[in-house]
Amino acid sequence: MEKSHQEHALMGYGTYVMVWLALLLLTGLTVTVAGVNLRDFAIAAAIFIAAFKTVLVMNYFMHLKYESALFRNMVFISIFTLAIIIGLTFIDISFR
Amino acid sequence: MSHLAEFTIEKHHDAEGARVGMWLFLFTELLLFGGMFLLYSVYFSKHPQEFRYASGELNQFVGAMNTIILLTSSLTMALSIAFLQKANRKMAVTFLLITMALGVFFLVNKYFEWGVKISHGLYPNSPELLRHSQGEILFYSLYFVMTGLHGLHVLIGLVIIGFMVYFISKKSNMTVNLKPTVLENLSGRRLSLSDDAGNRIWESDVIGQDVTDVKLAVKGKVSDAESLRANAIKLDNVGLYWHLVDIIWIFLFPLFYLIAM
Repeated sequence: MEKSHQEHALMGYGTYVMVWLALLLLTGLTVTVAGVNLRDFAIAAAIFIAAFKTVLVMNYFMHLKYESALFRNMVFISIFTLAIIIGLTFIDISFR
Repeated sequence: MSHLAEFTIEKHHDAEGARVGMWLFLFTELLLFGGMFLLYSVYFSKHPQEFRYASGELNQFVGAMNTIILLTSSLTMALSIAFLQKANRKMAVTFLLITMALGVFFLVNKYFEWGVKISHGLYPNSPELLRHSQGEILFYSLYFVMTGLHGLHVLIGLVIIGFMVYFISKKSNMTVNLKPTVLENLSGRRLSLSDDAGNRIWESDVIGQDVTDVKLAVKGKVSDAESLRANAIKLDNVGLYWHLVDIIWIFLFPLFYLIAM
């Protein structure tokens, strides 16, 4: 418990600024990709970039990288659950 | 000295347990917004043309601005937490105030953005909107509900951050109710309070045989280290909430503003 807090403190202010810059760059990339006429690929690219930004925010700003396996497992289970809900719904509507 | 029973005041802090609780709450938020994203994607797959057309009506520039504002507010929140962990209260509060200013800026943008749409007669169930195609009606309804719910989360976040500014700035007092666990041994003795140096600062009357209940409440200032630790745990969790609100916007932005062709 104390240990994990010390580990948080190890993350310097510089790391946060770098992550923020990366997030801004990725935002620029999303806007650029949307400007190119790629139709459905553009949506896939936007979601992929958003997912990557989420990984950055969770790992660094939300310290998930430095948490115990319990936290990562919980995040995995909830995202997995959401993926099942979305996946099954789409299977349902596409075979209607 | 054998008559001395010691009670030390110790508040229990479980930082990891608190974070587990916060994450569990965040998962319920994830499913709440996840359900809406599911609605969005199902209707998008049914009305792709109308969604793309309606998306073109939204102001991409304002959307991108708000994305940058929220990402920056996440940075200032993370910095505030880092400063508080290094016991730098002043900088922690400063960065919280910047975070709040950015959050307000976000909502002001949203207000004008919604205002333009509403002044064009575009709001859920408006006569003007009902003249549009089915897909456009769905798009605008989802737009107002999802960005509205997200905006509400930003507003709640602002209030909670305001409380954190207050908690970190104020000198905290606390009252501790002590319940002696060795009550049966107290009759014929006195209760006393001593400071760290061992000087007796207060002493009770002798406790009689007929006393069945002894209550002792101590009011005092919380030590700096103590309040710092308590506030660091709180701020950690406020930060987790604020970052989740940011993550939701990271998905809302491309799905609503950038699908136009």
